Amino acid sequence: MNAYLITGASITGGEVADLLIDNGEIVAVGTGLDVPDGAETIDATGLVALPGLVDLHTHLREPGREDAETVLTGTRAAALGGFTAVFAMANTDPVADTAGVVEQVWRLGRESGYADVYPIGAVTVGRKGTQLAELGAMADSAARVRVFSDDGDCVWDAALMRRALEYVKAFDGTIAQHAQEPRLTQGAQMNEGALSGVLGLTGWPSVAEEAIIARDILLNAHVGSKLHVCHLSTKGSVEIVRAAKKRGYEVTAEVTPHHLLLTEDLAASYNPVFKVNPPLRTKEDVEAVREGLADGTIDIVATDHAPHPVEDKDCEWSAAAFGMTGLETAVSVVQHAMIDTKLMTWADVADRMSYRPAVIGQAGDHGRPLEAGAPANVVLVDPAAERTVVPAESASLSRNTPFGGMTLPGKVVATFLRGTPTVLDGALSR
Amino acid sequence: MKHLLSAGDLSRDEANLILDTAEEMRSLADRPIKKLPALRGRTVVNLFFEDSTRTRISFEAAAKRLSADVINFSAKGSSVSKGESLKDTALTLQAMGADGVVCRHGSSGAPHLLATSGWMTGAVVNAGDGTHEHPTQALLDAFTMRRHLGSLEGRRVTIVGDVLHSRVARSNVLLLSTLGAEVTVVAPPTLLPVEMRSWPCVTSYDLDAALPKSDAVMMLRVQRERMNDAYFPSAREYTRRYGLDVHRMAQLPDEAIVLHPGPMNRGMEISAEVADSTRSVIVEQVTNGVAIRMAVLYLLLSGSNESNEESNA
Repeated sequence: MNAYLITGASITGGEVADLLIDNGEIVAVGTGLDVPDGAETIDATGLVALPGLVDLHTHLREPGREDAETVLTGTRAAALGGFTAVFAMANTDPVADTAGVVEQVWRLGRESGYADVYPIGAVTVGRKGTQLAELGAMADSAARVRVFSDDGDCVWDAALMRRALEYVKAFDGTIAQHAQEPRLTQGAQMNEGALSGVLGLTGWPSVAEEAIIARDILLNAHVGSKLHVCHLSTKGSVEIVRAAKKRGYEVTAEVTPHHLLLTEDLAASYNPVFKVNPPLRTKEDVEAVREGLADGTIDIVATDHAPHPVEDKDCEWSAAAFGMTGLETAVSVVQHAMIDTKLMTWADVADRMSYRPAVIGQAGDHGRPLEAGAPANVVLVDPAAERTVVPAESASLSRNTPFGGMTLPGKVVATFLRGTPTVLDGALSR
Repeated sequence: MKHLLSAGDLSRDEANLILDTAEEMRSLADRPIKKLPALRGRTVVNLFFEDSTRTRISFEAAAKRLSADVINFSAKGSSVSKGESLKDTALTLQAMGADGVVCRHGSSGAPHLLATSGWMTGAVVNAGDGTHEHPTQALLDAFTMRRHLGSLEGRRVTIVGDVLHSRVARSNVLLLSTLGAEVTVVAPPTLLPVEMRSWPCVTSYDLDAALPKSDAVMMLRVQRERMNDAYFPSAREYTRRYGLDVHRMAQLPDEAIVLHPGPMNRGMEISAEVADSTRSVIVEQVTNGVAIRMAVLYLLLSGSNESNEESNA
């Protein structure tokens, strides 16, 4: 394994120092380091070094929809986005509701080599919301599942949600809830408000998300387990989580890059690339989730990278699939929405996109500060770069990025996974 | 005007041009030979993804009276089922050289997609999309009102019923306000969009209060199935609070007219006596529909043989 000397990087946006990587570890951080023979030097002047990013919410689509994404292509996209670990959502086909399926995904991740893949297990059999899946078997499997989610569907039955939260206490699991009251969102297509009424698209009220979040926080307080809220999208949700945390309730929450930047107005084009679950919301909601992320109410950014084949988006709105790709654009969108607006620093980005998601997901060696002795999971970002997003250039098998044509700041220059470069000079290294 | 997708896209001048043109087309209906050569050699495709015999034959009659070649394409279901996708259908129509496509689709925005996707170059007429719009219905309603009431400037129009799910209501509110009418929509709160600030109309839950101040009242079709989704408790209660019967009709000013886009649920939103009364212009709406659709097809498709410079149409 090669040694690498990264010179002149701003460590999580702070002091400028050199990073010496050898044998899969960060050997030293500082200046005037003793450099072993044969070490490759990477000039990182002007770049920001961050701990490898961790995405708690990725759809890799394998098994079942290998036409949309595979573990290999999804982790390549992840590496290009600066991620060294991704959590693979359970809504595959077959559903990741048994030890067998989660072990398959876990093994495919190890074979890919571009990012560590942590499978998420389904909460209920087939994600049908009626019977608990074998959560313990998935926890005890080689995949060591600790996060469980029916994402794509809500565990709407209060009794079942309570039992799930209780049950995973036995192995320190977390239930990641897709908060969507199903009866309030039947046939829903976009955020409910003035625009949905004009466009004649069935509305998706904020309260359908907020009611479930409030309920789950109270349920979780009752049983003392771990609740994580997926892709929180409304101002009301931020207020509920903020109030709950202030009162000492245990809950963590995530926001997606697209909810930090895009608004419902895009639906007026009837272009289904902007169709997503939860839907794009209003400007006020975007401002609220930004504030929530900045003040720590929202713990993490997670991409909800949701690849779909062309034909599932190249059609009328109501027939189209929900979801957007996001791995390769996440850092750029966060820089644009949070850093260039002075709401957060790069140190905050390290916290929200690496340290905290690694803690919530219990992603072992990931999310460690860039210090001697830590595993060499490192990403170098050029904050001065600008790029126009070209969907066809994506490493993902799918093209459904909502940012196509947009010029965004920031670019991932290099990504190291335990000392091995997965990305160098902004391109996959092998 | 290249397409007709939303009644809101029409300026007052454009709307009046369509109505005035329809007036000329309407006079044709009283002649023994009801045909003009205006669109000879042009192809109009009626692309209906939803069953709608009335609207389809109205467009068909309109196109044929203008001597266009008409192809009826009805695709049941949408691309959700295993059928041909909207895109492939559009590519097929393009390959066959359709000059105009009249599109009815269950998905809001489908005609918009046809017009903007680059899949085809013909003119697109929205013949009703999901719960979004139905602009030619609004035009024929305005035309019918204008024939009875004269200019719509300052006229008071009340639209009653399932506004939330009605493409007819959306298009009418937009068009009538463009033409200077004062529009009131009346519905139970459950059947109004949750947020209507941007709509150029006032809303009310009280039909009896609105009727004495109405020069025209338009009753929308209400689907009985809505009560299963708790939009209202029962058909009978709906009729009691929001149905138009002879007693309610008596509150209307003397000259006021009653419209309905059809098909009616007699006894539900409108009583049989009202539907068949002298105030009712419902059958006339159907006749006028052909004239309006002739005007729209004529303005979109004639004179655009070689150039794209018909922009004033």
